Amino acid sequence: MGEISLKLNGKLETKDVADNTLLIDFIREHVGLTGTHVGCDTSQCGACVIHLDGVSVKACTMLAKQAEGSEIVTIEGLADGDELHPMQQAFHENHGLQCGFCTPGMVMSAVEMVTKNKNISEDEIRKGLEGNICRCTGYHNIVQSVKAGAAKMGG
Amino acid sequence: MNEVTKIDGIGSSVRRTEDKKFLTGKGRYTDDINKPGQVQAYFLRSDVAHAEIKSIDTKAAQSAPGVVGVFTGSDIAADKIGGPICGWVVPCRDGSSTKEPPHPLLAQGKVRFVGDAVAVVVAETMEQAKSAAELIDVDYNELTPVVDFVNADKGAQIHEEVPNNCYFDWELGDESATNKAIESAAKVVKLSVRNNRLVPNAMEPRSALAEYDSLDESYTLHTTSQNPHLTRLVLAAFMFAIPESKLRVIAPDVGGGFGSKIYVYIEEAVCVWASKKIGRPVKWTADRTQAFLTDCHGRDHVNDVQLALDDNNKIIGLRVDTVCNLGAYLSAFSVVVPTILHGTLLSGQYDIPAIYTNVKGMATNTVNVDAYRGAGRPEATYLLERTMETAAKEVGMDPAEFRRINFIPKDAFPYQTQVALQYDIGDYEPHLDKAMEMIDYSNFEKRRAEAAKRGMYRGIGMSSYIEACGLAPSAVVGALGGRVGQWESASVRVNPTGTISVFTGSHSHGQGHATTFAQIVADKLGIPMENVEVIHGDTDKTPFGMGSYGSRSLASGGSAISKAVDKIINKSKKIAAHLLEASEDDIDFKDGKFVVGGTDKEKAFGEIALAAYVPHNYPLETLEPGLEENAFYDPTNFVFPSGTHIAEVEIDPATGVVEVVDWAACDDFGNLVNPMIVEGQVHGGIAQGIGQALLEDAHYDENGQLLTASYMDYCMPRADDLPSFKVGYTNTPCTHNDLGVKGCGEAGAIASPPALINAVIDALSPLGVTDMSMPATPQKVWKAIQESQSVAAE
Repeated sequence: MGEISLKLNGKLETKDVADNTLLIDFIREHVGLTGTHVGCDTSQCGACVIHLDGVSVKACTMLAKQAEGSEIVTIEGLADGDELHPMQQAFHENHGLQCGFCTPGMVMSAVEMVTKNKNISEDEIRKGLEGNICRCTGYHNIVQSVKAGAAKMGG
Repeated sequence: MNEVTKIDGIGSSVRRTEDKKFLTGKGRYTDDINKPGQVQAYFLRSDVAHAEIKSIDTKAAQSAPGVVGVFTGSDIAADKIGGPICGWVVPCRDGSSTKEPPHPLLAQGKVRFVGDAVAVVVAETMEQAKSAAELIDVDYNELTPVVDFVNADKGAQIHEEVPNNCYFDWELGDESATNKAIESAAKVVKLSVRNNRLVPNAMEPRSALAEYDSLDESYTLHTTSQNPHLTRLVLAAFMFAIPESKLRVIAPDVGGGFGSKIYVYIEEAVCVWASKKIGRPVKWTADRTQAFLTDCHGRDHVNDVQLALDDNNKIIGLRVDTVCNLGAYLSAFSVVVPTILHGTLLSGQYDIPAIYTNVKGMATNTVNVDAYRGAGRPEATYLLERTMETAAKEVGMDPAEFRRINFIPKDAFPYQTQVALQYDIGDYEPHLDKAMEMIDYSNFEKRRAEAAKRGMYRGIGMSSYIEACGLAPSAVVGALGGRVGQWESASVRVNPTGTISVFTGSHSHGQGHATTFAQIVADKLGIPMENVEVIHGDTDKTPFGMGSYGSRSLASGGSAISKAVDKIINKSKKIAAHLLEASEDDIDFKDGKFVVGGTDKEKAFGEIALAAYVPHNYPLETLEPGLEENAFYDPTNFVFPSGTHIAEVEIDPATGVVEVVDWAACDDFGNLVNPMIVEGQVHGGIAQGIGQALLEDAHYDENGQLLTASYMDYCMPRADDLPSFKVGYTNTPCTHNDLGVKGCGEAGAIASPPALINAVIDALSPLGVTDMSMPATPQKVWKAIQESQSVAAE
C-alpha cells in the first residue's frame, strides 16, 4: 500500500492504494469517477483513454503510481460547466455515439488528436482512431464528428 | 409522412436527447453502480472443453484472504435452483421435438466447453476472489471434445438427452416439388458456403449486481440486459420459483447488445442466489476474455445450395441443406435463429415457386451460439445472394439484370412465399436502381481498368436482401414453436402540467429510443419534444414488455406507444367536449388543440391535462379523472424491410489486402421517424457485416480451445478498416402498423457480407477465382491470387 496524489480534473486526489493498482481502477474505484470505461483487458479498445499531462493514454495500461503528481483530465473534466467542449458538441451534432460506452475514450482521443493537428484529414482521423474500438457506429459519424470538432476547435 | 412538418416531429433528424450524459461521463452502466457492503464474484471456469468432474476441492479457497463464500454446482442443486431455459423449440423431421438438455448454473458432474463455470468465489475484492479461485483443485477426467460441428454426429455424446449430438433436424417447404424443379431444370447452380462464427462484442462487457432485502424477502438485480422483463420472468418463474413481485430487474444504461444480452446468463442467476446466501450485494463484471469465452456467439453455419433455373434464367426451385453449430447448451433463442428466422427468409426478394430447406442443429464443445445482429437472416441472405451472383455469372448475365428478372413484381403484393411468410408490401427495382446510381455502376468497368493500370484488382458486388423483423405476431410465433408472446407494451402518463412520461417495455442500448419515441408522442400530440420523457429498463417502473431485439422496437414498441397516445387523444376529446360544451363528435384535435369544428372555441392540450387532474369542472359521472393510458400492441404480421447494397473493393495482389473503396446502401424501411438515427443504424450494421466478411472469425482449435479470445486475436473492425458509406432510401410504408414503419437495426449486417464477398470474387474473376470464404483475410486472398497464377503458369 502507498499514498498516491494526483490532480484529477483540477482537484487534488490523495488515496492510499495497493502498489499494483491500475490508474483506471484508481479513477473508477477509488475516486469514483465512472465515466472512463473498461472494455477489454489487452489495451486494445480505448474505452479508458484519459489525458495525462495533456497526452492521451490508456488508463488500463499504467499503474496509478506512475501517475503520481501528474495532472489528469477525464471525460468528466472536459466540459466547461454546462457548456460542452467543442468536440463533445460535435459528437452530439453528428450522431457520433450510440450506446455511449466507447464514447468517453473516443472523445478524449479525438481531442488530443485535433489539438496536435488542427487541419486533420479524414485519413488521419481514421488512422488516429485505430486504438479506439466502437461496435455501434461503423465509425462513419465518429469521423464526421471529429472533423466537425476540429473545425470548432479552430482547425 | 417523412416531410418535416415540425422541427421535432416524425421524419425529423432531431439530435438525441440521451447524448449529453454519455458525452460527459454521466452514463450509468451496471459496473458503474456500487452498493454498500458489496462483494465481488469470480467464476472459476473449465479450461478443458469436455470432461467429467471427478472432484472439486474448495477447502483452501474457502479460507483464503477476503473470501466470504465458495460455491459449486452441488450448492445450487441443494437449493433446487433451475438453469436457463430455451424459449423456442421446433419439431423434428422424425416427429420428435427439439432435445433440451439441462443447463446447470454451475457444472454438475461434467463440463462442456472451455469457459463452463465450475465454481464461484465471492470475496471482498475481485483480486481476492481471483486469487482464491486459483486455489480450487478440480480433478477432470477428460473426454474427447467435439468441435467440428459438421461431423458432430460421429463425435462423443455431449448430453445424455441429445443422441448423435443433434438438437433438432427440422425442415420447411415442399421437398418433392423442389426436387422435381431441380430435376427438370435447364440449369442447376450449386454452391456450398460457410457462415463464419462471430463474437458479438458489445463494448460493455456483461455485468450483474444483485442484492437481497431480507426485510421484504425481495431481490434487486442490475444487469446488462436487452429485455429486463424477460430476465425477471425467467429468473423468477423458471429458476428461483418466486413471485415476479419479489424480483426487480433494472437494465440501466447498456453498452450495446447486438443480441448477446437477450438471454439470462448463469452469472446473473448465481449473483442473485449468492446475494441471499451471503446476505450482501454481489457484483460480477466480465473481463473481455470471459466475454469471448462465455457470451453467446453468432452464425456458424454451412449451407449446401441448389438453385434451379429454367431456359429463361427464371428461378424455378431452391433447395438449401444446412448444418449449424449451437454449442454446448441450448441458449434461449438458439433454435429459432437457424430455423424460423433463417428458413423462412430463403425466398429473398425473388419469386420462387418451390423451396425446401432442412436444418440440423448440432451440439459441440464450444460456447452456446444464439442471436447476433440479424440472427438467421444474414445467413439466409448470404447463401442466397452468393448463389444469385454465382448463377448470374454462370449464365452470363449482369448480376443486377439476373436479380431484376427474378424479383417479385411490385403488383404481386401481398406475396405468399413458399416458406411460410407473407410479405405485405415491397418494391424492389427502385432500390436496386438507386443503389446502382449511387455507386455509378454503369461506369464501373472504367474504374476497374484504371485500377488495373495501377496493378490493383477492382471489383463490384451487390446484395438485394429482405428481412422479416418487428417480432412478431404472437399467434404465428406460437404456431411456430415460440413460448413467448411477441407484443409490446406502452404506458403514456400525462402529468397535470401537460408534460408526458412514456413507459415502454422495449429497451434502448444505443438505439436512441428516448429521442425516437418522444418524437412520435410529440408529433401526435402537437407538443414540444422536451415535454416528453421516455422511461425504460426497470421492471418496477415499466409495464411488462418483451424488450429490444429483432429490429422490433419501433415497429412493435413504437406502435404500442402510438396506440396509447390515440387512447389519450380519445379521452381528451371527451374532456374537451365537456369543457367546451360541445358534442364529442364535433371536437377536432389538431396541432395540440381541441377545437369545436367550425368555431373558434378551443382548449389546449395542457388545459385538458389540468382538468383531468383537477376535476372541478369535469364529467365525473361518466369519465374517470386522470389522463394515463396503457396499450399492448400485437402486430398482425412481421415487417419486411428490403434493400440493395453494393460494395466496391480494390485488392492489392502484393499483400492480399481488400480495401473497401465505396459502399452504396439503399434501403426501404418504410416511414422514417428519425433519419439521422436510422442512418447510424445502417452504418453500424454495415460495419459489422464488413467485419464478418473481411476480418472476424471465432476459431476453436481441435481441443476446443478458443484461439481468438482477445482483441489481439479476434479482428474487430477499426476506423481505418472502413470507408464512409453512401446511404439512401426508398419507401413502401408498412401496411399493417399505423406509423408505416419497418425495422432498420439489422439490415446493414444482413445485406453487407454477400455484397462484399461478391465484390472480392468479382475483383479476382480475371484470375479465374470463383469462390472465397469469409473472412476474406489478406492471407486467404493472397493465396487465392498465388494459386490462380500458378494454375495459369502450368
